[in-house]
Amino acid sequence: MMTDLNTLTITQARDALRKGETTSVALTEACLAAIEGADALGAFVHKTPEIALERAKAADARIAKGDAPAMCGIPVGIKDLFCTEGVASQAGSKILEGFKPEYESTVSAQLRDAGAVMLGKLNMDEFAMGSSNETSVYGNAVNPWRAEGSTAPLTPGGSSGGSAAAVAADLCLAATGTDTGGSIRQPAAFTGTVGLKPTYGRCSRWGIVAFASSLDQAGPMTKTVRDAAIMGTAMMGHDARDSTSADMAVPDFEAMLTGDIKGKVIGIPREYRMEGMPAAIERLWQDGAEMLKDAGAEIRDISLPHTKYALPAYYVVAPAEASSNLARYDGVRFGYRADLAQGDGITEMYEKTRAEGFGPEVKRRIMVGTYVLSAGFYDAYYNRARKVRALIKRDFEEAFAAGVDSILTPATPSAAFELGQTHTDPVEMYLNDVFTVTVNLAGLPGIAVPTGQNSRGLPVGLQLIGRPWEEGDLLNTAYALERAAGFVAKPEKWW
Amino acid sequence: MLDLTYDTPKPKVISGAKQDWELVIGLEVHAQVASNAKLFSGASTRFGAEPNSNVAFVDAGMPGMLPVINEFCVEQAVRTGLGLKAVINLKSAFDRKNYFYPDLPQGYQISQLYHPIVGEGEVLVEMGDGTARTVRIERIHMEQDAGKSIHDMDPAMSFVDLNRTGVCLMEIVSRPDIRGPEEAAAYVSKLRQIMRYLGTCDGNMQNGNLRADVNVSICQPGAYERYQDSQDFSHLGTRCEIKNMNSLRFIQAAIEHEARRQIAIVEAGGTVDQETRLYDPDKGETRSMRSKEEAHDYRYFPDPDLLPLEIEQAWIDDIAARLPELPDAKKARFMADFGLSDYDASVLTADTANAAYFESVAAEAGDGKLAANWVINELFGRLKKDERGIAESPVSPAQLAAIVRLIKKGDISGKIAKDLFEITYTEGGDPEQIVEARGMKQVTDTGAIEAAVDEIIAANPAQVEKARQNPKLAGWFVGQVMKATGGKANPKAVNEIVARKLAL
Repeated sequence: MMTDLNTLTITQARDALRKGETTSVALTEACLAAIEGADALGAFVHKTPEIALERAKAADARIAKGDAPAMCGIPVGIKDLFCTEGVASQAGSKILEGFKPEYESTVSAQLRDAGAVMLGKLNMDEFAMGSSNETSVYGNAVNPWRAEGSTAPLTPGGSSGGSAAAVAADLCLAATGTDTGGSIRQPAAFTGTVGLKPTYGRCSRWGIVAFASSLDQAGPMTKTVRDAAIMGTAMMGHDARDSTSADMAVPDFEAMLTGDIKGKVIGIPREYRMEGMPAAIERLWQDGAEMLKDAGAEIRDISLPHTKYALPAYYVVAPAEASSNLARYDGVRFGYRADLAQGDGITEMYEKTRAEGFGPEVKRRIMVGTYVLSAGFYDAYYNRARKVRALIKRDFEEAFAAGVDSILTPATPSAAFELGQTHTDPVEMYLNDVFTVTVNLAGLPGIAVPTGQNSRGLPVGLQLIGRPWEEGDLLNTAYALERAAGFVAKPEKWW
Repeated sequence: MLDLTYDTPKPKVISGAKQDWELVIGLEVHAQVASNAKLFSGASTRFGAEPNSNVAFVDAGMPGMLPVINEFCVEQAVRTGLGLKAVINLKSAFDRKNYFYPDLPQGYQISQLYHPIVGEGEVLVEMGDGTARTVRIERIHMEQDAGKSIHDMDPAMSFVDLNRTGVCLMEIVSRPDIRGPEEAAAYVSKLRQIMRYLGTCDGNMQNGNLRADVNVSICQPGAYERYQDSQDFSHLGTRCEIKNMNSLRFIQAAIEHEARRQIAIVEAGGTVDQETRLYDPDKGETRSMRSKEEAHDYRYFPDPDLLPLEIEQAWIDDIAARLPELPDAKKARFMADFGLSDYDASVLTADTANAAYFESVAAEAGDGKLAANWVINELFGRLKKDERGIAESPVSPAQLAAIVRLIKKGDISGKIAKDLFEITYTEGGDPEQIVEARGMKQVTDTGAIEAAVDEIIAANPAQVEKARQNPKLAGWFVGQVMKATGGKANPKAVNEIVARKLAL
């Protein structure tokens, strides 16, 4: 009998299930027990043990019959942004209090249909707006990692902070995340886990609460690159219900993990060398390039000249879309509705409901978005941001056209920071996205891979950016990097 | 096809207290696409369903729900564009128009502001008096309809019905080419006729599936011509938009009232404010809804949930090849092929069912003009009396054609034909058999007629004498002969014989 089943990777669990060495019920029970003891992490915000055990039993039956896709029987957590049928889906917001959708998002339905076991819903920044998980109505999730010699609570990153914390703390084998400006990759880097943001259009957005429709993309958050390949294959695929979903076949990414990257060209964009970058991050980046070079890749300096405009463009486009996407939270049909005073009309209902239902960061972005779309400012902000976006995309296209296969950058400007740090200055929080937003603006696949620890023992990671639709190649490069880096550290359990 | 040429109708002139004024009118017509499903959801569009029963998750603006374009609706917009001789844009795009209202669950309406599917076209608007105006179409775009808010069911609550939410509308925007209330009504009527021919919109104004926003301004005589020459709007007055008109009668009354209101303001030395107004049919006046200053800032931007709509020329060509004959072409053909008058051709082409009925009668009867007379005067008159549509006509085209053939052969007179029509209408049956069975056939046997004439002449010598003095009195003999033959004698033959026998 295996112990600590919750610490397994998807790969290990799948193999054990197929060999009959364990059961999905045993895996699920181990995770549920781990979750029960981990409330201090604030990762799971809606637990669904009954659903989990029911699905685990069904998965075991399926495995017994020999009909077992790779994800069958694997216990996973689902970010609260995904609508899950009959289960609270609040996007970390008070305004969706009590909302239990009558439908299941395409991505979580694909996982469910593949036999994956949903353990519950995971904490996140409200409407995925934030980089520290501190804008959540549930309170923040906490990073299972602590700096050496410190008990100060650290952020797990955001917005998929609950997902990252849960995976890093072995509360589940893997989790879903979503990434609009770095919300999968930054938390993965902060928690020593792997986070893949697929090409825009790979995962259906149907049933995922929208933040910024042209940027949002779901992806797997896992313990290893191989797990990301397995779970990614199950999550992606064309969906006629999402007009922006790509009608392209999804290959078996796991089969593409050869670890052979001989002759691959890895671009190192000089514009990502930011002033004031911590030495540890700088060294990590150089080390990563060396590792890929040693594995046979060619390292090439490249230029992505419009990088510096990415963050401002992102903070125009994303709030603009959000201001419109969040208009539906009006207290009329579902979720939270403010108590009204005698004589209050529809305007008061809107104002009070939205004032009480949204947190400050969401309000800030709705206001920014409303402003940049308003008459007289549209061209100066929104249209200009769209043009910048096109230029950023072209930067990447030119690099790929020149033969670059993937691009290596730091995933974050620092390791996980202490909770409570970014409350005062939103712009400081926005800077967390500086390495990741370009990828969303260009619609490219990106992956964060843990490659080391800083001087205080905290995990730090690198980001690889791939050609559109070539997640397989990207994952294989990430796999080579992961093998070379040999990152195996785990957070010491304190919770 | 015969090219019809018309004189241009004169613009409506309204005399103010100080001078004459002309009207300038442009319309935005909202036509509900005749589709069983909504524009972006699979929900039904059936009218009159239980409130909130035709609502998909997308229509209700549920979290995470996404719109997917209904190809059938796109095809109907393209068909309509082709019917209005308009440019079809191979690439168009959807934008969000953002505003808050409970019957707009998403908080935005998906529309096409920047890149509409249909560009410039035109409509020939006939006024029925031999004049017609070509009204230019600026664009047609597709958009979602909103739901319905109901404020008068409960003193404290408002209710929302989302059945109509997301139904596909085509907004057909005209240039300011319309010059009077009657022209405006004729324009809407012509659009409706074309769309009914195309089957793209039912055009039922009572059910709200054809509505119009009317832009009205006034100008001094001569100013419009200066606008036409320069396309410079500064020659025209400030316009007001009267929203959401769903009757041709109200459209005309509202324009008239609005023009007079503007004239009164300008003649008193004031200026017209650009604003949105509502027409109150009970009071017969328009009142302000919101001024330009209070106008919503809709924050239009491209809908990121929908890719630009790209269509292929081959698809458009295929749709164009399958278009039915449209009213102008059909009318011209009826005039050319059957020698019909402009008026008769217009009446017969008002809708496709009438036209098809007529063509069927004309073909079987072999005389289009006679067929037209009988369809318009007898059949339509009789149906109208019974408040029946052509589809419920008890007389089939074949039956009516048989009656027309009997007239044409001279077997029955016009008068008998009317009796025959009434019998066929009320009792049914084959007109030829009815004529035989009831002995209604016209007597053309001159021998029989001569005998009858001789008999009457012999019996009425005094009348004969008078008639010889005054030939007009020959008609009395004709009447007597017709009476004696039960109306079946051929009137032409009787006339001739009477004249000969009386030696007139």
